[in-house]
Amino acid sequence: MIDVALSELIQWLAATPLSHTIQTTGWIIPSLQTIHILGVAVVFSAAILVNLRIWRLLQREQPLPEVARRFLPTIWPVLLILLVTGSLLIVAEPRRSLLNSTFYLKMALLAVAITLTAGLQRSIASSPNFRDEDRGRDIAGRFAAALSILVWCGILFAGRWIAYTQAG
Amino acid sequence: MQQLQEFISYFEKSALADTIRENDLLFPLIESVHVLSICLVVGSILAVDLRLLGLASIHRPASRVISGILPVTWSAFAIAVASGSLLFISNATEYLGNGYFVAKIFLICMAGLNMALFHGITARHLPRWENDAAPPLPARLAGGLSILLWVSVITCGRWIGFTMPVH
Repeated sequence: MIDVALSELIQWLAATPLSHTIQTTGWIIPSLQTIHILGVAVVFSAAILVNLRIWRLLQREQPLPEVARRFLPTIWPVLLILLVTGSLLIVAEPRRSLLNSTFYLKMALLAVAITLTAGLQRSIASSPNFRDEDRGRDIAGRFAAALSILVWCGILFAGRWIAYTQAG
Repeated sequence: MQQLQEFISYFEKSALADTIRENDLLFPLIESVHVLSICLVVGSILAVDLRLLGLASIHRPASRVISGILPVTWSAFAIAVASGSLLFISNATEYLGNGYFVAKIFLICMAGLNMALFHGITARHLPRWENDAAPPLPARLAGGLSILLWVSVITCGRWIGFTMPVH
């Protein structure tokens, strides 16, 4: 049932004029991928820099809430750019991702990463006196930060791997 | 030039290069590490560049922004060079014949030169302006140029994938 709906969606997408234009104009797909990678670079780096600060590996002299305020808000508008470029790439080659389990793995990991990042941002915003010294919070924070680094790395790996696992 | 080609072909014919060529998983694996590390290079250096342009982290002294971020940039760059070299030796002759690859290496050298000039000349007077929201023109130029160069590096990198012959 789902398979039928999915293959109908793929056929419909592939038949749209937009899909046709992107496929037949050679420079559009590499351009979209370039913008997509640049967006990934920004989001990934912002998340990594904040997570490294949670582990006190960098920027120790600046309180965590300030480091978080410098980097985390950038993530959301850039994710929107990633959504747009990613969607256009799917419209151009729907089989490449929609019939590819690596793509769904990437989306699942992305959901986890967004939850972790939004959770961190909210917990910092809701407690203006956020202290690095609170021991219980520190351990929970470090755990979440390590998980977040792993998940973001997983997203980038899966993204590259889509090209190698696409259906024929 | 002849010597360079012999030097490169020595690596291309090595057992290591053979292994990368023949193993189905190794190339995508190294490539993923390369993409991941170059994303961290470009994203982290962008934060420094935007500070130099006076567009981000303006309430923080430029020297602190730099010292807090550049260790990440350099570590990631080391991983990007190591993984990139492994990808390169697996198919060195083809890469050297690819204009986007040659342009990418040239642009990375330019980004390095831009950085060296900034640290060697502009940053010598850093204590004088590091608290200014808008740094002096040479610093802003270095930041803007760095962004342009790294965006071009990523662009060339992506185009290499579309212009290399498929085996």
